[in-house]
This record gives sequence, structure tokens and C-alpha cells, in this order.
Amino acid sequence: MHSASVFIELGAIILVLGLLGRIAGRYGLSPIPLYLLGGLAFGHGGLLPLAASEEFVATGAEIGVVLLLLMLGLEYTAADLVTNLKAQYPAGAVDFALNALPGAGMALLLGWGPVAAVVLAGVTWISSSGVIAKVLGDLGRLGNRETPVILSILVLEDLSMALYLPILTALLAGAGLLAGSITLAVALVTAGAVLFVALRYGRLISRFVSHDDPEKLLLVVLGLTLLVAGIAQQLQVSAAVGAFLVGIALSGEAAEGAHSLLSPLRDLFAAVFFVFFGLNTTPSSIPPVLLPALALAVVTVFTKIGTGYWAARRAGIGSGGRWRAGGALVARGEFSIVIAGLAVTAGIEPDLGPLATAYVLLLVIIGPLTARWTQPAAEWFARRRAGTGPAPGGPAAAPLTGSAPGAQSADGLELPAPSSASAAN
Amino acid sequence: MPIPRVRTTSLPGVGVQYDFTTREQRHLSVIAHRDGSRSLNLYRADDPDACAHSLHLSEGESAALVDALRPAQHSTALLHTTDLGLIAERIPLSGVSYWNGRLLGETRMRTATGASIVAVLRRTGAVPSPTPDFRLAGGDTLIVIGTREGVDAAAAILGRE
Repeated sequence: MHSASVFIELGAIILVLGLLGRIAGRYGLSPIPLYLLGGLAFGHGGLLPLAASEEFVATGAEIGVVLLLLMLGLEYTAADLVTNLKAQYPAGAVDFALNALPGAGMALLLGWGPVAAVVLAGVTWISSSGVIAKVLGDLGRLGNRETPVILSILVLEDLSMALYLPILTALLAGAGLLAGSITLAVALVTAGAVLFVALRYGRLISRFVSHDDPEKLLLVVLGLTLLVAGIAQQLQVSAAVGAFLVGIALSGEAAEGAHSLLSPLRDLFAAVFFVFFGLNTTPSSIPPVLLPALALAVVTVFTKIGTGYWAARRAGIGSGGRWRAGGALVARGEFSIVIAGLAVTAGIEPDLGPLATAYVLLLVIIGPLTARWTQPAAEWFARRRAGTGPAPGGPAAAPLTGSAPGAQSADGLELPAPSSASAAN
Repeated sequence: MPIPRVRTTSLPGVGVQYDFTTREQRHLSVIAHRDGSRSLNLYRADDPDACAHSLHLSEGESAALVDALRPAQHSTALLHTTDLGLIAERIPLSGVSYWNGRLLGETRMRTATGASIVAVLRRTGAVPSPTPDFRLAGGDTLIVIGTREGVDAAAAILGRE
């Protein structure tokens, strides 16, 4: 009765996840940290070690990564990616320099070698689009003028993943310089070709996939995605990137339909993925790496705030909006775990998984807080320095009329016609 | 009845934002979320980048609000949006426009933006398919068809003073 024990274990895991998710929802938290903690509890050396279902969970986790990236690709159209790339590449470069390098530096400091440095660079570099979009919505800031800036940085990061993941996969596979370069060239050509095809013939692809019957659409999209992901993995380009490119290539009706159909599947398998990552981490290995994780978290909170500030200033946004953009970008989440997960599976550095876990746990909790409080804090410091006035109340229920004279920077734009420094123009 | 120029900004992963500034210099925006819901945003006076109020409306609530706002005969700047990604827009030419009295060919519109000017509306009547030697005048309304980016670029060119 092997299947019985598998069912019991899987049922227990998924039920616990559901309950954890409800707890997270009640306090408006992202469920990701709780899923990770759940995985830790079930894992090796945890409270309830599992055995029978491990194989299924491992496969489920891989499907989870593929679905996460597919849904990310569905969020964007090829046109979105190209316009953002054209308009915002300096912000993307600053983002990379400020946030990837601390991670790489920390890995080298700990003496983990170059491959681990590339992994940790990715972990600290990529913000969590999911967490950030939700936080902006909750704070009622989606209409703010700095929001397009925040979103384009997220788009650029996600697009960078299409290059970063193949490099990482090649490095983890222990490929030499030549093999690595070939992989990178394949990835570049493939990504370029997919973007080109999606821009040119996106409608044709979508028409081929699109179907009125949800069942057929689900099967076609899922089949296509897994097939492409598998081929990409064969070519050493990483399954996740293949799935991402499928998502980009689908647009319009097919994308909308697939989005609503696959959301529940994505939620299930992504949760399984976070649990699997936790399962592979021994809880007792976390305390030793807590200090580096904390240091890395503090440094990369400030570097992300700096990134957002710089990008918003470049887009001609006033000082309040610059701090808001910086604070909003802090949260890291699912992709840091995806990147660390690849490294853990390849087994390069035993402490890497625990460090990434601790880091993401910290930042997924800190991120929403910085999104909310960076601007008030910055203004409070500015006022302290100017030696005036009391500490501000929260900006939650700001009156419609000017409440804080002098709080607005001199270069805050006057009302009519805010420049759309964002996409499209 | 002057129609404000509504700007469109794509918010990748969220939806599309439409915004304009009212005659009273109040800025307001609507976000069309991908799930069909809408957010109506008003901006703070002391920080024009930030929303003072953000009202999230379901599809049904948005429809009710539209009905309440719609005058008996509504004329909108947007003529027609197809899901093929082409839009047609009315773009008014102001009296102080740089193009007042210049030829349509001088705008080099189709070369620069890919958008086409398919008609010019004047008080005296409409001119369909104006040729490049058509002379523009302040107060004209141009019907421009193209991609969203193209029409936005066309509006920027035609807005030159």
C-alpha cells in the first residue's frame, strides 16, 4: 500500500499549506515565508520527516518553477518587454550593479567560490514581482506616478532571468568556458527569436492555442509549456526559461484564458515548490548562516532603496515618489528561491540553501514594511536635519489639500501634465 | 465641448492606466486591471505623484459609474478600439499650434510614427483622406489611426506650439 502513505503525506502537506495560507491571508502577509517554514518543519531533521512522497514532491517542485515562469511570461506582452528594455535599460543596469554585486561579494567573502557567487548574486538581485504588485495594490499606490518606474524595473529583472538562468544552469552543470558560451549564445538567439516571433506573429500563435473550451485550452497550453521546458532543459538552457518564453509568445485572448485557468495550478505547484525547498534545508543549518543573511539583508535593503530612488529621479519624479519607489522594490521572494533551488539541487555549497532561505524569510517580511515606511522615515530624517517640526503621522489618510508645506522637494513637478516617462512614449 | 487628452500608460503585469488633468487642474487616473476591475485614483495636492484616494471598483460597479457619468449623447475622444491593437483617436489642433497654416505633408506623420491621419474635421465639414498638400488650420480635429504608441507619438507631434 505504497499509494496510501503517499496520499496521507501529500494530503497532510497540502492541508497544512492551506491552513498556513489562511493565517497569512488574515494578517495580509505573503504566504511564501510560511510555506518555507512548513517545508522546514516537514524536512530532514524537522518535526515530521516525510519519506514516501518525496519523489512526487520533487517533480511537483520542478513543475512549480515551470508554471511560475510561464505565468510571469503571460503577464507581459512582447511589446511590453521591448519598450521597457528600450526606455529603462540604464535603470536595469544600475539595479544589477547595486543589488547583484553585494550577493556575489558575500559569497566570495565566505569563500564559496565563483559559482556560488553567481547564484547569490541572483538571489539578492531579483525583486519579487508578485509580492510587490500585491503590496502596491494594498497600499492603493497603483495609480502613483512612480509605479510605472517600479514595474519597468521588475520587467527588466524578469527579462534578465531569460539570460541569467541559462548561464547559471551551464555553470552549475560544471560547463567550461566554451560550453558555457555556446549555451549563452543558444539562449540569446532563442530569446531573441521568441521575442521577434511574438511581436510579429503573436496573434497566429495565440490563434493556434486559443480555444473556446477551457479544458482544451488548459491541455494545449500546459502540454506546450512542459514540452518546450523539457526541450530547453535538454539544450541546457533551463526549463524555467523555456516556460517563460512560451508565456511571452502567448498574447491576447489565449493569454487571458490561460492565465485564469492556470492560476490555481500555479498556486498549488508553487506552494509545493516552496515546501520542497524547505524540505531540503535542515533547520539546524540556519542559525550558523543567520549573521551573514542578516548583513546581506541590511545591505541589499539599502541598495534596492537606492536603485528605486535613482530610477524614479531619472523619470522626473518628486522626492516623495523616489523614496516610495525605493521602498517598494525591497521585497525578494519566489525567484530568489527558484535560483537558490537550482543551486541546491546541483549541490554546490551546503550553506547556500539555508542562507537563501533565511535571506528570503527576512526580506519577504521586511519588504512590505519598507514599501510602507521608507518615505515617512526619509521625510522625518530630512526634517530632523532641517531641525523643524514633529514626526509625521502615517501618510495613510492624507488630506486632499497640502498638509505638509515644505515637505515637497523643489523639483517636484507642478500639476498639469506629469511627464509619462514610463513606457509607450 | 473640449475633450481632454487622455494619456495611456501600460502597467506591465497590472493593466493599463488612463489619466488626464481636469479644467480645475486636478489630475485623475483610472487603472483598468486585467481581471476587469477598475481603480479610480485622485492625487494629492502636496505631492502630485501620489494617490490621495484610490477606489477599487468591480466590473459591475464600474459599469454603474459609467452610466451615471455618461451624458445623454456621449462623445468620446476614442472612436473605436479593436482588440487588434489599433486605435483611432481624435486629436484637436490648438489655435497656437505650430502646424497652423502648414501643410499636412510637413508633419511627416506616417514616416515618423506609423500612424495615419485619415480625416480632418472642420466646422465647415469633414475632409476624408487628406493629401500631403492639405493645409492644416488651428481648431481642426484630426482623426488618427495607428498603434497606441503611434497615436501617442502623433499626439506629441501635433501638440507642438
